[in-house]
Amino acid sequence: MLRLVVRRLLQLIPTLLGLSILLFIWLNRLPGGPASAILGERATAADVARINRALGLDQPIYVQYGRFIKRLLELDLGTSVQTGQPVWDEFVLRFPATVELSVAAMIIAILVGIPLGYLAARRRGGWLDVASVSGSLIGICVPVFFLALLLKGIFAVNLGMFPSYGRLSTGLDATHVTGFAVLDGLLTGELDASGDALMHLVLPAVTLSSIPLAIIVRMTRASVLEVVGEDYIRTAESKGLEQKTVRGRHILRNALLPVVTAIGLLTGGLLSGAVLTESVFAFGGIGSFIRTAIDARDYPVLVGFILFIAMVYVLINLLVDLAYSVIDPRVRVH
Amino acid sequence: MSLQATTKANKVDRLAELTAQSETSAGVSLWREAYRRLKRSKMAIIGLVIIALFVLVAVVGPWVAPHSPSAQLWRGEVFPNKGLFVGPRAGNWFGLDNLGRDEFSRVIVGARQTLLVGVISMLIGLVIGAAVGALSGAAATLGGKVGQRVDTVIMRFTDIMLALPSLLLAVSIAAVMGQSLTTVMVAVGVVQIPTFARLLRGSMLAQGGSDYVLAAKALGVRKRRIALTQIMPNSLSPVIVQATLSLATAIIEAAALSYLGLGNPDPSVPEWGVMLAQAQRFFDNAPMMSVYPAVGIIITALGFTLLGEAMREALDPKLRG
Amino acid sequence: MPLLSVDELTVTFGGQGRKSNAVNGVSFDVDQGQVIGLVGESGCGKSVTSLALMGLLPRKGVEVGGRADFDGVNLLTMSQNEIRDMRGSQLAMIFQDPLSSLNPVIPIGIQVTEILQRHRGLKGEPARKEAAALLEKVGIPDPTRRLKEYPHQMSGGMRQRALIAMAVACAPRLLIADEPTTALDVTIQAQILELLKELVDQEGTALLMITHDLGVVAGLCDQVNVLYAGKVVESAGRRELFKHPTHPYTHGLLGSIPRLDAPRGEALSPIRGSINDRIAWADGCAFAPRCDRYELDCLSGPPGLSHPRAADHQVRCLHPVPQSTQPTEEVPA
Repeated sequence: MLRLVVRRLLQLIPTLLGLSILLFIWLNRLPGGPASAILGERATAADVARINRALGLDQPIYVQYGRFIKRLLELDLGTSVQTGQPVWDEFVLRFPATVELSVAAMIIAILVGIPLGYLAARRRGGWLDVASVSGSLIGICVPVFFLALLLKGIFAVNLGMFPSYGRLSTGLDATHVTGFAVLDGLLTGELDASGDALMHLVLPAVTLSSIPLAIIVRMTRASVLEVVGEDYIRTAESKGLEQKTVRGRHILRNALLPVVTAIGLLTGGLLSGAVLTESVFAFGGIGSFIRTAIDARDYPVLVGFILFIAMVYVLINLLVDLAYSVIDPRVRVH
Repeated sequence: MSLQATTKANKVDRLAELTAQSETSAGVSLWREAYRRLKRSKMAIIGLVIIALFVLVAVVGPWVAPHSPSAQLWRGEVFPNKGLFVGPRAGNWFGLDNLGRDEFSRVIVGARQTLLVGVISMLIGLVIGAAVGALSGAAATLGGKVGQRVDTVIMRFTDIMLALPSLLLAVSIAAVMGQSLTTVMVAVGVVQIPTFARLLRGSMLAQGGSDYVLAAKALGVRKRRIALTQIMPNSLSPVIVQATLSLATAIIEAAALSYLGLGNPDPSVPEWGVMLAQAQRFFDNAPMMSVYPAVGIIITALGFTLLGEAMREALDPKLRG
Repeated sequence: MPLLSVDELTVTFGGQGRKSNAVNGVSFDVDQGQVIGLVGESGCGKSVTSLALMGLLPRKGVEVGGRADFDGVNLLTMSQNEIRDMRGSQLAMIFQDPLSSLNPVIPIGIQVTEILQRHRGLKGEPARKEAAALLEKVGIPDPTRRLKEYPHQMSGGMRQRALIAMAVACAPRLLIADEPTTALDVTIQAQILELLKELVDQEGTALLMITHDLGVVAGLCDQVNVLYAGKVVESAGRRELFKHPTHPYTHGLLGSIPRLDAPRGEALSPIRGSINDRIAWADGCAFAPRCDRYELDCLSGPPGLSHPRAADHQVRCLHPVPQSTQPTEEVPA
């Protein structure tokens, strides 16, 4: 197990190195280069030259790259143009909101998607099957930000069932412990704060869960259909096992293997969706921040975010691989 | 004719007749079988109808639109800052947009740009992705030690691209290229490259290990010939399926980029993604202005998704029988 | 009374429009402790017959007709739950491909103990002990360690032994083996057959052996039923069948086996065509298109059973093979 972790971590190095090179090239290709990114578009030539010297941009390219890497290793992602604060600090501040939203969305997608996919497969051709297959096909085709607008318009603005923006109601005095609003309320015993945060979480989480949900439903369904036709299911049936044993131990256990992998791969898309969802609901996480960074051409934030996301994505996939080696004995051997 | 000969002829004829009645289903080619099943698939039919309608509107749109999509003909009737909009009415079936233009005409004319964005983005991803994937796949199957090295490097590279959320990758590209329609198409296309590359490579590797390729190798067929005549054609079907599905993704992603403010800044040429991105600012007062282009995007994407999924099912040998 | 009495079993696949008959009225009996062979080419309906008896055919899109009385109770009309209680305890089955027939992500031990828990109420340590004893019984060395292993860690022969252990775990009265040796190496085949024979002799279990391999039949079966296109075309004791194959199909099957004691240079006489060249039984003999002895009257409806040689040797043919041209080799004992 440890050997697998170490090997996978070592495999990360070339990936991250390649990524840093790409980002470095990208930064140098930006219109006007970093100088105008810092000074804005009205900078004079003399200003640009001064900044370039200050940033070491007059030095050979490999020296510049070396510095770039050194700064990255020190977690120095530069300073945000928008706020003037270090990018890393801005991320740390906003990260819990995005994690909370993504986790909530994933929980919805998994808790609804797997049972729905299973039932659809077992009643193939029935109304539930037709409904969940068409629903998931449509779900993939709805732009996330439009779904966000629609849900907000209907359930927040018109019906008033949920708040339409933010993470907590204004005026609510909640204590911050972990930065995860729902969890903080539970930890400090401020249950009203927890409830309030939960209400704020519903619409964004439902929005964000739409695509992973659609994919999990379809994958589970396809996977269950395949497993049900396997010889070992026939063997299990031939042993006269009770239906719940056949379902749980034999069908689901095998059918969920590919779904676990898919869940790992979905995290990248989830973070894309978070940018769009958070910006519609002004959720105040990294997504909202990135949305404004795009408008403000806040490049240090974008670079930092890309590296950050790449790390998260790679780590989640590492976790999925590890989880996979636990649940699939065939992988353990090699 | 002797009696014996007649009986004999009778015997054979009668037998042939009865044998013909009993069903046999041997010897149907993969593609013919796939086509037969595609014709029976409701998903495929609905998808095709949607796509046909969409393409038709895209082609004839500018000629059949009742009004100019860019002229602000009813400018004086709409006051977005006061929350005053004009909904559907005679002559303006979808009402007016925030600048007093006929929304119906804009939706009709916008189909063309939307199709264009989808097709060109998909082609960028397909052509480059397939080239990269084919190179990688050919190197891995036929190239020996050096080939495997090449393959590993290429696949690491696609790993890096896959590690990035597609939207962020698109945003980064857009940041370098500036705000334009070309930017959107390139950004969305580039995002699709690793998908196509991995798909083609994976399917080539699967084919490369198959018995008929082994047989061709044993017969001494040259490597390049095996790659071109044996491996490539058999690896293409998943790529075709992916291309169809990619058209849907491209249209949706393009809309998301427009929402993030990276779309086509030219207001005279309507495009659904840009229309939706601009209309969403007025969603609380004039939701239908967002709904029209959004429904256009959803239905079109659905059409390509349905056809793609139906093709995938039709081509899947596991589902045959 | 026979343990299992199958009477005019029919299985039809497909709904309206495209129906196809996999089994067209199969009848045979299995007595207590007897080994019965069901022989035929792939596609003749032998596997479908076994699945129908076990109640393992899908409920949708499949019609099952006729009777199959097990101990006087018709298996075919049982409810899902009734047949579930029978499976594994009264009736058990061994399948063809041991690798795909074992759940790849669950240790062998659990796959054995789960049936003990279901039908014999054994749990925990006693179940594990019993499972180890079962593995030992089917000739798996070091059974306690093997219980923790996964199917992919075992050899093909070991996997089939494990499957047999599961099948005999609750001492069923009827064991159905569907091509249990086809996926195995020749040397392993013999061992597995030997094991089956031993188990059946020890426990007095009846065995329904489904195979295309006449060698397996010759080594194991008391009574043989030859199946063609979903119907029994010939049925006789093993000795009788091998000595006097009377249906042209059986005759052809035996003629297609290469023999060491045949005169040098003598050609094999294969049956021409394939099982796809057939006509519906309603129109006549399904074997007619491939038959050397075909006459026009073969097409006048389904041929009935007759017994031209002995009362317990039934043949479904209007023009059975005359005695003089029959092979008369010694039958393996």
